[in-house]
Amino acid sequence: MKEFIFGRLTLDAFKHDMIEYGAGVSMGLVAILVIYLLTVKKKWGWLWHEWITTVDAKKIGVMYIVVLLIMLIKGLIDALMMRAQQAIASGNQGYLGSEHFQQIFSAHGTTMIFFVGMGAVFALFNLVVPLQIGARDVAFPFLNAVSFWLFAMGALFLNLSLVMGNFGGAGWLSYPPLSGIEYSPGVGIDYWNWTVQIAGVGSLFSGINFFVTILRMRCPGMTLMRMPVFVWACLGTAVLIIFAFPILTMSLALLTLDRIMGMHFFTSDFGGNPMLYVNLIWAWGHPEVYILVLPVFGVYSEIIPTFSKKRLFGYHSMVWAIIAIAFLSFIVWLHHFFTMGASPGINSFFSIMTMAIAIPTGVKIFNWLFTQCRGRLTFATPMLWFLAFILIFTIGGLTGVLLSIPPVDFQVHNSLFLIAHFHSVIIGGVLFGFFSAFAYWFPKVTGFMLNEKLGKWAFWLWFVGFMLAFMPLYALGLMGATRRLDHYAADTGWQPFFIIAAIGGLVIAAAIGCQVLQFIVSIKQRKSNRDLTGDPWDGRTLEWSISSPPPFYNFAVTPTVEERDAWWEMKHKPKEKPVYKDIHLPKNTSMGFWIGVAGFFFAFSLIWSLYWLLPLSIIAIVTLAIIRLSDEEVEYTLKAEEIEKLEAQHGTHS
Amino acid sequence: MQRKIQIIYVALISMGLLLATVAFFWSTRVQIIHPSGMIAEKERDLLVFATLLMMVVVIPVFVLTFVFTWKYHVQNKNSKYLPNWDHSVSLEALWWGIPLIIVAVLSVVTWDQTHKLDPYKPIASNKEPLTIQVVALQWRWLFLYPQQGVASINLFQFPKDRPVKFEITADSPMNSFWIPELGGQIYAMPKMQTELHTISDRVGKYRGSSANISGKGFADMVFVAEVVEEEDFDRWIQSAKQAEVLDFAGYRALARPTEDREEKLFRLDDLKLFDQVINQYLVPGGRL
Repeated sequence: MKEFIFGRLTLDAFKHDMIEYGAGVSMGLVAILVIYLLTVKKKWGWLWHEWITTVDAKKIGVMYIVVLLIMLIKGLIDALMMRAQQAIASGNQGYLGSEHFQQIFSAHGTTMIFFVGMGAVFALFNLVVPLQIGARDVAFPFLNAVSFWLFAMGALFLNLSLVMGNFGGAGWLSYPPLSGIEYSPGVGIDYWNWTVQIAGVGSLFSGINFFVTILRMRCPGMTLMRMPVFVWACLGTAVLIIFAFPILTMSLALLTLDRIMGMHFFTSDFGGNPMLYVNLIWAWGHPEVYILVLPVFGVYSEIIPTFSKKRLFGYHSMVWAIIAIAFLSFIVWLHHFFTMGASPGINSFFSIMTMAIAIPTGVKIFNWLFTQCRGRLTFATPMLWFLAFILIFTIGGLTGVLLSIPPVDFQVHNSLFLIAHFHSVIIGGVLFGFFSAFAYWFPKVTGFMLNEKLGKWAFWLWFVGFMLAFMPLYALGLMGATRRLDHYAADTGWQPFFIIAAIGGLVIAAAIGCQVLQFIVSIKQRKSNRDLTGDPWDGRTLEWSISSPPPFYNFAVTPTVEERDAWWEMKHKPKEKPVYKDIHLPKNTSMGFWIGVAGFFFAFSLIWSLYWLLPLSIIAIVTLAIIRLSDEEVEYTLKAEEIEKLEAQHGTHS
Repeated sequence: MQRKIQIIYVALISMGLLLATVAFFWSTRVQIIHPSGMIAEKERDLLVFATLLMMVVVIPVFVLTFVFTWKYHVQNKNSKYLPNWDHSVSLEALWWGIPLIIVAVLSVVTWDQTHKLDPYKPIASNKEPLTIQVVALQWRWLFLYPQQGVASINLFQFPKDRPVKFEITADSPMNSFWIPELGGQIYAMPKMQTELHTISDRVGKYRGSSANISGKGFADMVFVAEVVEEEDFDRWIQSAKQAEVLDFAGYRALARPTEDREEKLFRLDDLKLFDQVINQYLVPGGRL
């Protein structure tokens, strides 16, 4: 009976070492502080009506950013703990046990890819895509809310594992047989599995949503070839998500069946095959890399023309480069395991396809550089991030091509050289790109500018910190240091490099501290930093044609586009008096949130083997979906007179 | 004027860092750059060749970034400003074309070298290759010499200038068998056998390890590969022959999870032990 009620959940699940208690307690304190502040300031109603039940893409985008910033700090703490361990553990065991260390690197990877990286992608999708295509919302606003809540629940699981039970220790992709029930009987892998599964399903919904949004919701006159390149990049990303994420969902489902039902898809015995999992997970995993980086390529394609006061160079090349990258990203997955014993013919094929990706990527870099050529450059923080991106991403690309040559890969695969490579492309590319986008679109979203001075401090600390933290890893990899080592012998001579890397980690922590400070200072000084024009950077695309922050209906009058760089052309023409029409807008609904909660209990019951809760949660999800789908009044009408009044208040210039 | 000084500083610092990096790799014992075997040397040569070839693109990118940033800075009022200059067929053809040519060259080299350095490919030599069977356990390495009838744990020897064929499997989660100074790594997987060929022309002790996470004791899966003269190798085999016998029951005891790092020698009578380790996974319940 006890087992039926509590499943695998016993008091032991709450027993941890001091470090984990510390993490749990500090998370609890922050939660209590937030609840206290909400209660004292009487903000619960505001939280519920303005945020939790919202279906407005702009607000959902902001919530993605909140989650991703929390997860970024969590991932950073993981990273600092690992580097501290490795800086100490030369010829001794360090301060972390090996199992704890392995959980930390698994959580670090999962956090950074699924919540920081994907969070950045979806934040940008939500905040920028509808505005750039002149749309009032996304195609499926309710589904968008469901996506976000599934994403948030995934993040919650990752943090919950610190308090209840533990996290998986088999790496961020948890290869079987290590992740199978035989070698990992605890709940750790299940936590990992459901963290990723829940967030992954949310990502798939978002991919479908934005695919349809971009294809169907563009304003009149915006043909495909007049779309901003950022929107093209998002379209490419959405296609990748639609094709890649079902593979992830299935691989994890099969792993679940192996673990819970005793099946043998990926076990070593009874005819299972772990190599199948490795293939499947990378058939998703490689496109995933481009899902993260394509939107960032789009970001730079917006920022460089703005700060060069010049049209983007080679628009058609850019679009075809995105299409080429998206296509090629599906036929390179085997380069993640050249060392699994495939024949040289197969290895060569995947190697050559991988190198081929360097061509469109190189084209994009040259087009950006020639956008600057014969322009008038200014260097606000978004552009500084771009310069650091060029340097670091190029180094990452170079080492990526090296890794793509099978005989070289045999020597550096799974070494710290590989770690340095993918941090060069993911930090230098995705994260710096996100920071660039953050500084660029921040005034649009909030209505005030970020403090430039602290932004520049953050930038330089990040740049120096990155170099210190990751350049030594290239050297360590070439000295034979493998990834994921919690200790090593003193005679390897690796310690000085690990110490430099740890110092780099601290500098990065200082950089993130600066960013937090920048955020606080900017909010405090918001009165003097207001963006009243709606177009603080002298932008080129439609989002700058409306006030900052945008009204909840985005565009009072649906714009009509005649050129690329639509807003640039519009603002150099005489204005016409706007003619307002009634607008239909989606109503807020709490259903997205409740489906997220039910999804949480569904996964929770599977993690802890609570088989009475499982059917209840499934019934809840289905019922909630039916209730929502049979609701016929999901929209309301905003009258033209009202819009006119609101627009007069906003004082917009369009 | 001040900006010129800045540029000189930047140039000097980057040159200094570049020189320091080259000096470091030149002088220190960086295993992959200064290996001790033919295969690893060829792999290193390929790494250096590809790096240099890519400089054809990388250097222009860095130089152009620097030049454009300086020349078209808003303060530089004399530079040309063409706000609508947004394409050039010849320029774009150039940067589709040049990377294409580089990748084509690299592809031909890769195809050729991937076949030549295929880990499954025997190394041409007038000496008979030595077969060493490797089993990744939780969390140590077992080496079997079916030709000599000996076995060892966490260390093994082989004679210099004699090609070695490793047959590799695992009785544990997936590991990767890697000796950086001798070249290449390949996964060690239960139920499956992978192969790796190597050769060394230098006597010495080389560090090997598992490169793929395999659970709690993973960091301790370090072993020593010792390259010795032919006579020393014979002596080592003889001493192993005097050691305790390793049979399948003894193997089962060894295969239990442990973080014990002792190095040990065995006599091996059961020359099919390696096949038995693999075959356990083919029989339902075979590992019980």
